[in-house]
Amino acid sequence: MAIALVLVLVVAGSILFHLYSPWWWTPIASNWGYIDQTLIVTFWITGAVFAAVVLFMAYCVFRFRHKDGQRADYEPENRKLETWLTVITAIGVAAMLVPGLFVWNQFVQVPDDATEVEVVGQQWQWSFRLPGADGKLGKSETRLVSADNPLGLIPDDPNGQDDVVVEAADLHLPVGKPVKMLLRSIDVLHDFYVPEFRAKMDMIPGSVTYFWFTPTRTGTFQVLCAELCGQGHAYMRGGVMVDTEEDYVAWLGEQQTFAQLTAPEQTSLAD
Amino acid sequence: MTVIVVVLMVVFGIAGWWLSQQRLMSKPWLEAGSVAAFPGTESGSMPMAKVGLGVFLAVVGCLFALFTSAYSMRMEYADWSAPPVPPLLWINTGILLLSSVALHCALIAARNGQTELVRLGLATAGLTAIAFLIGQIVVWRELEANGHFLTANPANAFFYLITGMHGLHILGGLAGLARTTSRAWGPDPAPAKLTLSVELCAMYWHFLLIVWLALFLVLAGWAERFIGVCRQLLT
Amino acid sequence: MVDVTPGAIDGIPPAEVPEMDLYHPHSWWTKYVFSQDAKVIAIQYSGTAIAIGMVALVLSWLMRLQLGFPGTFDFITPEAYYQFITMHGMIMVVYLLTALFLGGFGNYLIPLMVGARDMVFPYANMLSYWIYLLAVLVLVASFFAPGGPTGAGWTLYPPQAIMSGTPGGQQSGIILMLVSLILFVIGFTMGGLNYVVTVLQARTRGMTLMRLPLTVWGIFTATVMALLAFPALLVACIMMLFDRLLGTSFFMPAVVELGQQLQTNGGSPILFQHLFWFFGHPEVYIVALPAFGIVSDLISTHARKNIFGYRMMVWAIVGIGALSFIVWAHHMYVSGMDPYFGFFFATTTLIIAVPTAIKVYNWVLTLWRGDIHLTIPMLFALAFIVTFVNGGLTGLFLGNVVVDVPLSDTMFVVAHFHMVMGVAPITVIFGAIYHWYPKITGRMLNQALGQFHFWMTFVGAYLIFFPMHYVGLMGVPRRYSELGDMALMTESAHQLNAFISIMAFIVGFAQLVFLFNLIWSIRHGKEAGPNPWRATTLEWQTEHTPPQHGNFGKQLPIVYRWAYDYSVPGAKEDFIAQNDPGEYGSPGGHA
Repeated sequence: MAIALVLVLVVAGSILFHLYSPWWWTPIASNWGYIDQTLIVTFWITGAVFAAVVLFMAYCVFRFRHKDGQRADYEPENRKLETWLTVITAIGVAAMLVPGLFVWNQFVQVPDDATEVEVVGQQWQWSFRLPGADGKLGKSETRLVSADNPLGLIPDDPNGQDDVVVEAADLHLPVGKPVKMLLRSIDVLHDFYVPEFRAKMDMIPGSVTYFWFTPTRTGTFQVLCAELCGQGHAYMRGGVMVDTEEDYVAWLGEQQTFAQLTAPEQTSLAD
Repeated sequence: MTVIVVVLMVVFGIAGWWLSQQRLMSKPWLEAGSVAAFPGTESGSMPMAKVGLGVFLAVVGCLFALFTSAYSMRMEYADWSAPPVPPLLWINTGILLLSSVALHCALIAARNGQTELVRLGLATAGLTAIAFLIGQIVVWRELEANGHFLTANPANAFFYLITGMHGLHILGGLAGLARTTSRAWGPDPAPAKLTLSVELCAMYWHFLLIVWLALFLVLAGWAERFIGVCRQLLT
Repeated sequence: MVDVTPGAIDGIPPAEVPEMDLYHPHSWWTKYVFSQDAKVIAIQYSGTAIAIGMVALVLSWLMRLQLGFPGTFDFITPEAYYQFITMHGMIMVVYLLTALFLGGFGNYLIPLMVGARDMVFPYANMLSYWIYLLAVLVLVASFFAPGGPTGAGWTLYPPQAIMSGTPGGQQSGIILMLVSLILFVIGFTMGGLNYVVTVLQARTRGMTLMRLPLTVWGIFTATVMALLAFPALLVACIMMLFDRLLGTSFFMPAVVELGQQLQTNGGSPILFQHLFWFFGHPEVYIVALPAFGIVSDLISTHARKNIFGYRMMVWAIVGIGALSFIVWAHHMYVSGMDPYFGFFFATTTLIIAVPTAIKVYNWVLTLWRGDIHLTIPMLFALAFIVTFVNGGLTGLFLGNVVVDVPLSDTMFVVAHFHMVMGVAPITVIFGAIYHWYPKITGRMLNQALGQFHFWMTFVGAYLIFFPMHYVGLMGVPRRYSELGDMALMTESAHQLNAFISIMAFIVGFAQLVFLFNLIWSIRHGKEAGPNPWRATTLEWQTEHTPPQHGNFGKQLPIVYRWAYDYSVPGAKEDFIAQNDPGEYGSPGGHA
């Protein structure tokens, strides 16, 4: 008997918790509102199923609990009922899957006007690289990573000379412009994760992975690592600042290019 | 992961065929009382050990399919450079084939009750299998002498790993063969037991031969070329 | 192996045994230690699994101490924390759940339920346990090895797992872990062959596949899956051992290890992930299917009603088993593999939801118009349905590729798999122990302690894992040894974490009460009699309780009906045993 009551309480409590919980996702700061909407649809459908199944169970336990002289029905199966339930379930599943796949299709297709930004993960810090004036990132090679060349850029690649290198500091992005994040790691797996952007992707040493998004509001966001990367995993933090166009240009002007970083003597002579 | 998925499809196909014989569509609650009405769906009459070995071979098949899958996925990366095929591998393959044939002869002899021939077949199979293993070790030494070390290239590492795993399975088979052989030389070899025992060995040997031929195709790069040709024909 | 089983050469084992002594081992050693009796092996497996499971429980307490009260306990360094999560996860998934369901319940129940005298290869069966024990000992040894156990996470992803930035990565921790897993797979294969062949070849007369209890279907299908999936783990472990010990580059690309260039080159970490999850996803169902089967029998027996839609249940078990081999990459949506795979794997993953949902419907429809006895096994079965439905539904979030993107690697995932793969199967294990304990020992477990254990476990576990989803929804990543200064952690989120930790202690404490009950009731439990639940299946119809070696008396039972003849209209009792010929002859007679 108590169990029937508890089952009802489980359903009621779960729904109330969901509605009044102060623990909810961070305010979104990217174009991936569709992801949130798919998630909400999934919450509604699954919540309804959960409530229906558990409440039905509670009713059965209450109504058909053992009493003296009671005997259960003998009903091996009911094809019609089972078929209906299967069909309804299939429709419910499709209602979650189809929108999800549409959004995923957007997720994997990077718009042509997206600017490339490279993120490099290493134990346990983040570095960034922006294509310089030529709009192209130079090639890189993990073998070339050293104290002088922390991101392992190939020195004689002309595309890389004007690349802006931001080592172990915050990344700035202009608001409203799509960016393609190219993700690279020089040691173990990492995952570039900004909760407010919703999108995330692992970074794998030896290859370059990507995802894209458009920042939709200015602000400072914390970068977390979302793939276990050793004992410093929890301390691997970074920052992304989404700026207005003017602020972004100002910030960009203060940054050093790869050429400036590798030839500090020459630049000081030129000054 | 294509290779393992294909192998699994085959395993599932066999399992599905067997299940389709088991009246899975019947309504058991309507069939109370009858015991012998559906003879095909009772426990099988095949010897337990044979079924056990069959299931085990499916597991071994998966194991090697997974190694092959890993091999073909790793092959796509830029640093891959396969070692040459040592000619000795051809001789080893021949020896393993001989071993399988010898066991098959032993099996036929066992069924006919020719104990002397069984002994001859078992001994030949054992010795040739040992010769195969020695041959594989010689191949390893040869590759090493020519600078194809384990760590030099993933293709080399796979070669040593896969041939090593296959060799280990042959070694395990030799333990079973030794038991069978000692039974054949025993004071009073019970013919039924001996035949089953030889049959199990023969099953295992044939299977490992097929696995070896498939691995040989993969390691020598012919499988890759063959798939390439198929792809071209299709497109 | 052939000559160990009497009658093994004939397909069907002899129904009549002239010399019962044949089955009685003769010394104390062969009876209790190196026993070839599946029932003794089952108890050995279960005891070992529960013992190592207690270690994992304590580890979870230590983790919750750190998460609930960050900065309070200095001895939990990040290194130690990662070692705790790794060992907790690996022990619970492999060494507890897999071993307990297949090695424990499989060994005890399969021969009894199909009407066999024993497993078909008893010697290999015994060996299976001893190799498992060795695997556990190697695992335990890593706690005492220099540098401690590995802290790579239970997924052991390279390159991190074998590098010096990870606890045990460049010491012996990871090596012992890999060796232990390899041993486990070898040991399991020996046992698994037994379970499969026993179901295929050693069923008693009349026991067709469609008369098998769903418990046997679940364990059988799970074993087949395990036999096919564990080789992937074996391959991954062997290749990683090569990378770690011999310096090959299967999984190791060119990397810079804390400023030093390593010699490895070109390897593929993704390759490991494919191999790992090719094992790892079926593993989820290897744990779930036996639970599905057992809970079906618990519900049917204690609701005195046949399981609803038996045929659908069988097809669903087989279908889920087969489908689970083509969904593995849903663990890798954000792993950096080709994102176009997402379409395929999201579709297959959500398709699995359909047969799984059918199983849930059939469990609750079995309750409809039943005669529900709210015994402790029944309570645990109800708790299973609640937690499994909850955890299964959150699986629809994570299986749907685009919804997974914000949630993956957060506490939402942790909450999901603990609910669906932790709490749900473990409630079935508890229900099953309360159900079969009278057969195993001849005595009932204490009711009052059982009630206490049930309520603490069910309500407590729900209160731990339901709110944890919302911590994940906030964006809190999993596997963080320190949450203190994270921007998104609000004060109330810290309080929620503290609450979860306190609940974890309470639930853990309740398990100690259960252990006490297990031991106390061996001597002091109420006498159970041969069939206290008035169940139909063969294990309740044995001549002796507990059954002796050889399981049944001089004659094997003959099966006349399916396993679910409860409340048959017109029958005198509300159950008819499977070996009861009914109107077709006298009970216990020949066909």
